Amino acid sequence: MLTLENISRRVDSQDYLVDISLEFQRGELNILLGPTLSGKTSLMRVMAGLDRPDSGRILFDGESVLGEPVQQRDLAMVYQQFINYPSLTVYENIASPLRVAGLAEAAIKSRVAQAADLLKLTAYLDRKPGNLSGGQQQRVALARALVKRASLVLLDEPLANLDYKLREELRAELPTLFAELGAVLVYATTEPSEALVLGGKTACLSEGRVEQFGPTLTLYRDPNTLMTAKLFSDPPLNTAAVKGMNELQRFIGSSDTGTLAVRAHHLRLASEIPTASTFEIRGRVDVIEITGSETFVHLQFMGQPWVAQLDGMHTFRPGAEIALEFELDDCLLFDDNGVRVRKPSGGRI
Amino acid sequence: MKMQHNKAWFMVLPMLLVVAVSAIIPLMTVVNYSVQDSFGNNEFFWVGTEWFQEILASERFHNALQRTLLFSGLILVIEIPLGISIALAMPRRGIAVSFCLVLMALPLLIPWNVVGTIWQVFGRVDIGLLGRGLSSLGIDYNYTQDVFDAWVTLIVMDVWHWTSLVVLLCYSGLVSIPEVYYQAARIDGASRWSVFRFIQLPKIKRVLLIAVLLRFMDSFMIYTEPFVVTGGGPGNATTFLSIDLVQMAVGQFDLGPAAAMSLIYFLVILLLSWVFYTVMTSLDNDSNSAGRGR
Repeated sequence: MLTLENISRRVDSQDYLVDISLEFQRGELNILLGPTLSGKTSLMRVMAGLDRPDSGRILFDGESVLGEPVQQRDLAMVYQQFINYPSLTVYENIASPLRVAGLAEAAIKSRVAQAADLLKLTAYLDRKPGNLSGGQQQRVALARALVKRASLVLLDEPLANLDYKLREELRAELPTLFAELGAVLVYATTEPSEALVLGGKTACLSEGRVEQFGPTLTLYRDPNTLMTAKLFSDPPLNTAAVKGMNELQRFIGSSDTGTLAVRAHHLRLASEIPTASTFEIRGRVDVIEITGSETFVHLQFMGQPWVAQLDGMHTFRPGAEIALEFELDDCLLFDDNGVRVRKPSGGRI
Repeated sequence: MKMQHNKAWFMVLPMLLVVAVSAIIPLMTVVNYSVQDSFGNNEFFWVGTEWFQEILASERFHNALQRTLLFSGLILVIEIPLGISIALAMPRRGIAVSFCLVLMALPLLIPWNVVGTIWQVFGRVDIGLLGRGLSSLGIDYNYTQDVFDAWVTLIVMDVWHWTSLVVLLCYSGLVSIPEVYYQAARIDGASRWSVFRFIQLPKIKRVLLIAVLLRFMDSFMIYTEPFVVTGGGPGNATTFLSIDLVQMAVGQFDLGPAAAMSLIYFLVILLLSWVFYTVMTSLDNDSNSAGRGR
């Protein structure tokens, strides 16, 4: 178990990490989700021991590891860039951490063979990384991390530089690959969809702070703050000030301030006969994007850019006014501080 | 179609003219001299390959070639490792970077003959700082009389003048290595030597190839500095091919043999550069064909 207690780090009077407290269990997949510069890599560097936090404690299985140099930590890391030793063969690359550890040749051979088999690299063991495709190069880096059997595995956007086919393939394999190790596994990503597919637990990071930490699906369904909801939305979360929307105010109660948030896929074309459980909005179309099975309608609503993700193909003229609706149960409401206002009935997805 | 073909030739024509004027025509003049004998008055007689045979058989040429090869070899052996070491020790960020880069570039900005003059004066036993300093320490040093001293002076001078080039090339290669490589190496627990051997050296291999080629060609063609410092002496001890060639062409006015010698000289440089290039690029590309050595 890896415990971070009140970790803060400032560089050149800029806050990189602010009072971060997290607890990662062994054998579980922990995701750090946040946009670039949100502190994911800074946090990983601190966890790895590459940087020292200005304050706070880091405990591994209850023991402080803060003073320990990187070399002595039981740790493996994979990066966004494909980092391998360019002059060594794939076999030697995978074997390199074992050689440093001083394992016997026979043990090295069997472990490398096993890792190569899992990552489908057996056919390429004699090649050098420069002669492999991007996906295979990253597989070599992953095999190096896997073969080490480290108790802390840090994956820093490992799939970001791969094209989507390879990304999907590796994403499906990743959790199972490392789950058997019983290691603390931390995975950083900028993509909400990647976090959702991977499951596990997610810590939402924004400007060096942890917005919310919990099971990935819970964070998506039931965000505590507007920031978490925004981080967990792709296409971007649709928001509007509640003020002036009388019907909604009635729904919320007495308050006439705060923010309404609706995910793009919860919007649909308004039906002829409105029902009590739905809320209708009218907006002006900016652009439409048709992917084939879905249509993304970009529109202006109350001075805000909104996106609606509609099933099937729809064509609207830019500038046309359209009516959309959403289920009241689906919308999220936040007060002026960005904290969730929960409805008594409880929401669903 | 026919018209377009002709047009294409017009496009190439300017380049052909430039190459012809700058390279082919001067070279052909040399070839012209190398196969003829002349006796003033613009009288020429066809001699075929006689000059080439004479040069290739002459002891004078062999000695000069050996001296030049030895000089280039020593220069590479000293300057390449030294240049890499300095590049590795140079800072990567901060004000110190610009300071070091300017300091490194300074010797490269000094004209060859000035470098020669600086060292010629610097090493003089009567007035030079180095010469006087060494003799006052009791070291018997005189580059105008002692063969070994002359060689040491020329090599130290060339190292001082040109190691910077190797440093700058290697440094440019080193700073282009992403920080994550070093980070990954630290996590792997790699030693300083392993980082150099398995990350830095492979990553600077290409610029290193350029550095080796440039330093080889330049040192193999060195003329001005030894001409100024030692004038090829003592005796013939530092008469490299270039100095020998000038003595033959200008001093003795043997245009035919001199032309033949310059062509041979040119071919030797071309051949050795090709060998260097082939060896070093094949080291780079052996990855595909390498068998499983276990």
